Amino acid sequence: MGNDKVLLDHGSGGKISHAMISNMILPAFNNPVLNRLDDGAVLEMNGGRVAFSTDSYVVDPIFFPGGNIGDLAINGTVNDVAMCGAIPEYVSVGLILEEGFSSDDLSIILQSMARAAQKAGVQVVTGDTKVVPRGKADKIFINTSGFGIIPPGIHLSGSSASPGDRVIISGTVADHGITVLTAREGLGIDSEIETDSAPLNHMVKEILKAAPGVHVLRDPTRGGVGTTLNEIAAQSGVGIRIKEQYIPLKGAVLGMCELLGFDPLYIANEGKLLAVVAPEDTDAALRAIQNSPFGRDAAVIGEVTAEDPGKVFLETVIGGARIVDMLAGDQLPRIC
Amino acid sequence: MALKYVQEYRDGELARQLIAAIGDIEGKKMRLMEVCGTHTMSIFRHGIPSVLPDSITLLTGPGCPVCVTAQRDIDIFVALSMVPEVILTSFGDLMRVPGTLSSLQQEKARGRDIRVVYSAFDAVKLAAENPHRQVVFCAVGFETTTPTVAASIMVAQQQGLTNFSIHCAHKLTPPALAALMETPGVEIDGFLLPGHVSVITGTGAYLPVFDQYKIPAVIAGFEPVDILKAVLMLVRQNVSGVPALENAYPRAVCDKGNPKALAVMDQVFKKADTVWRGIGMIPASGLVLREGFNRFNALEKFDIQAGDAPEPAGCACGDILMGLKKPDQCKLYKKRCTPMNPVGPCMVSSEGACAAFYRYG
Repeated sequence: MGNDKVLLDHGSGGKISHAMISNMILPAFNNPVLNRLDDGAVLEMNGGRVAFSTDSYVVDPIFFPGGNIGDLAINGTVNDVAMCGAIPEYVSVGLILEEGFSSDDLSIILQSMARAAQKAGVQVVTGDTKVVPRGKADKIFINTSGFGIIPPGIHLSGSSASPGDRVIISGTVADHGITVLTAREGLGIDSEIETDSAPLNHMVKEILKAAPGVHVLRDPTRGGVGTTLNEIAAQSGVGIRIKEQYIPLKGAVLGMCELLGFDPLYIANEGKLLAVVAPEDTDAALRAIQNSPFGRDAAVIGEVTAEDPGKVFLETVIGGARIVDMLAGDQLPRIC
Repeated sequence: MALKYVQEYRDGELARQLIAAIGDIEGKKMRLMEVCGTHTMSIFRHGIPSVLPDSITLLTGPGCPVCVTAQRDIDIFVALSMVPEVILTSFGDLMRVPGTLSSLQQEKARGRDIRVVYSAFDAVKLAAENPHRQVVFCAVGFETTTPTVAASIMVAQQQGLTNFSIHCAHKLTPPALAALMETPGVEIDGFLLPGHVSVITGTGAYLPVFDQYKIPAVIAGFEPVDILKAVLMLVRQNVSGVPALENAYPRAVCDKGNPKALAVMDQVFKKADTVWRGIGMIPASGLVLREGFNRFNALEKFDIQAGDAPEPAGCACGDILMGLKKPDQCKLYKKRCTPMNPVGPCMVSSEGACAAFYRYG
């Protein structure tokens, strides 16, 4: 039974997404910059280097606790550029609007985008607007692209993790995905969970200043920490071991995950980063992250190993060990 | 949300004490089977096999609702999704299960109106909101989910809804235990009985099976400490040679179960012979709607003709569900059958033995 149609799983960020990227997208555009598969492209220009990244936002619902599709679209692209070690400066905004969409809602979203851009210190310098007939899109879709200069001497890539490096997460995991899911499904559960959507470029700047030994920065968005660590392990040809007890997780988020049968390691974050850092610079990097308003709960969660290249292992709270594999598609809520 | 009863039962120190106690008991080789998808998930997610002595093998039995759903029922769900006026509603993990020709996920991509719901009540609500459409609910699951489906039918009846129906593939746990014990070649030294199911049925539901087969049996909760405690109790029973039916989950399970839930189940459904995927027909192990509720039967309403549907050639789901084979002993495992391209349902559901083995093994 083959797949003759695009499935939602093709957008999950898991193995099925990766298969589509390797089998259809990379062959179509084949070039060394794209083939690196980092969060953004790193381009040589006039002796300097710039990072360039793009992302589309189709979140449902468009308003959720702690944010909306607008600030998400700015922060997401700012973060993708920042993960390349660049200082994000300029952003483009493409809006696809459904006929009949509320002008008031559009205004609220644009204002949040402006505020988010100001907070991140980037300017929206170009854009595009399209309107499609009712039912041909869901309210509003946003594409943003971002651009930033990489300071000399900074060389970050998902392929730069080496054995002995430590892995840091900048705060609690799974907040964004669980917030959106709870808002979308109208589960009727009151909780204090809200999105973690935040610009991380200032945090990145401080990390790079404090810890020259940082090798990889990635934001574990779609697919969560589990998927991103798998990508790093595969790109770098290393193993990664993390400890469950060190992974910061809000009680309410854990509760929701238990209720739905979800593993928080595969749930999206929108204001967190994973840093892979040389051991001697780990404390400095951790302090730099914790000094950021978005990094107070940061923790060292594991280390990079030479053994088991391409694999991620989790030591559980009871001292057991298990593989953290990349999921095939989206996690689906279980029956009981 | 209060987090009580999660962290307390993930206590590393308590877990280590239990692991040490299990390790201290010099015992024969033991094969312990759990019959609950949530146990499967928890056992793999917490790495429990890696902390147990080599002499103890944990087997995954027929406890994943999706995995035991017969191919014919999956085909019926797919056929129902093709009826133009139907909004088909399903639990999430049924979406990817391959039927003979298609899955619900593939039909959704072809434009059928298929929606994931979290409860049968969501489907009833959808029916009330869409009076010109027919809402059908894919009713799968064990005693844990059945009462809510029964209650949703009662609500639909009270509301006078004529556009809500179900296809019932519900199953009962105790008859499956008996069927396992009767199957030649099956070697089980103890059952880890499901916590959620037992909240509804009570401990008493297992007494007939226990009295007949005298096999060690312990009802377990789902946190690692719960499971380790139940394993320790099963090991002790095996060593002492005195089998017992014990409850290691008393904070949720009582002898009589939940009388209200049992009553509504009994009001709406009656027992019937049913086919379990890979295992075959087990007498009185399934549920069908009672005569008074026939208008909620989607099969009759839409005149769906469902023939026998053979299971895919080479798929060893049945043997795996009975503990006769480990997932990696199936010749399709990791070759033709992967989570990306599952052949059998055990590879689809996150609770499935093969999917868990593939992901965490």
